[in-house]
Amino acid sequence: MSDTFRFTIDGVEVTGTPGQTILQAAEAAGIWIPRLCYLEGLVPGGACRVCTVKVQGRFQAACAFPAGPGLVVENDTEEIRELRKQVVEMLFVEGNHFCMFCEKSGNCELQALAYRLGIASPRYPYLFPVRQVDASHPDVFIDGNRCIQCGRCIRASRDVDGKGVFGFVERSRDTRVGVDARTGLGGTSLTLDDRAVTVCPVGAILKKRVGFAVPIGERLYDHRPIGTDLERRGA
Amino acid sequence: MDKPKIATASLAGCFGCHMSLLDIDERILKLIELVDFDKSPIDDLKTFTGRCRVGLVEGGCANQENVEVLRDFRKHCDVLVALGDCATMGGLPAMRNGIPLRECLEEAYRDGLTVHNPSGTIPNDPEIPLLLDKVRPLSDVVKVDVFLPGCPPPADAIWEAVTALLEGRAPNLTYDQLKYD
Repeated sequence: MSDTFRFTIDGVEVTGTPGQTILQAAEAAGIWIPRLCYLEGLVPGGACRVCTVKVQGRFQAACAFPAGPGLVVENDTEEIRELRKQVVEMLFVEGNHFCMFCEKSGNCELQALAYRLGIASPRYPYLFPVRQVDASHPDVFIDGNRCIQCGRCIRASRDVDGKGVFGFVERSRDTRVGVDARTGLGGTSLTLDDRAVTVCPVGAILKKRVGFAVPIGERLYDHRPIGTDLERRGA
Repeated sequence: MDKPKIATASLAGCFGCHMSLLDIDERILKLIELVDFDKSPIDDLKTFTGRCRVGLVEGGCANQENVEVLRDFRKHCDVLVALGDCATMGGLPAMRNGIPLRECLEEAYRDGLTVHNPSGTIPNDPEIPLLLDKVRPLSDVVKVDVFLPGCPPPADAIWEAVTALLEGRAPNLTYDQLKYD
């Protein structure tokens, strides 16, 4: 196409098309940029900052920043890897992430990022916040302990399901995902086939009764680091 | 020359990490050639006999005694390893951290469905170590040099860590050896 343009990521020349974000153009070139709140098919949230890259020397969220001709993007550098590690470590300490009994372990994107980034333990003290579990829905539950406030469920319910079941409530470190019924998730219009049910990157929104259908050890990221499928496709 | 010494302890843990240590199979013979065990449940030595090269501590700190043992380990060990998820982040015992301590004790000794305790007293003998308000990861109490997460850490990860530390290098865990579950 005539309106494509070229720019570089870590010195490698890639092709972009108008309307693409840096993250999308990178994916098309087989370059994986770590991400957590971004999910294909949802509008970018720009919330988690795990996809932070440097564009023309300035930090930007790759999921939201438009690709453009001649941009110089830094992705896999020591400085940015370190920054991403810190973001992921902060997410671990500010929730209650008990991987050892979490149904999502092995399929969890937060855990997989920590594995790939080589985090043995966060450098920050654990906060052990008090969070709530909402099991009022017959088919789905929310475990607030594991929520990282990425907003995927909010965007999916609003933009894909057309329902707006989820929304942020409270502020700052008390921010959490609320639902649009006083009686909890069971009082909402959420159904099992909603996109919002399957977008959670962690174990905060899960279907009931299928938790360990696939055993630990045979799950998505148990042996394959996150992002490697995409990189292999591009290679 | 004397062999370097290694010490181990299980604080607020389940001994699963120690089981994983035993899971190194025949390498345990090699381990005995490499090190002498000092204070450890493996040889049942209750007190330190001298300086140790490596201290492996399983479990977090749930009570006063855990804290004292941990400080004793820090004092006697050149390299202190947080062995497993409980030592690293509190683990299952830390599930009580969102519940006030009094409520935990009342549930365990008075209100729980299967509790038979006619007097309704909650154990409070001075011999019993005082519980902390929250279960703490080791790094909340002392400086930790190496973290080996996992519930339990795979035997291969423990072997790599111990042999690396004896050789004076940082452990290099493979993707399959760094796990949180």
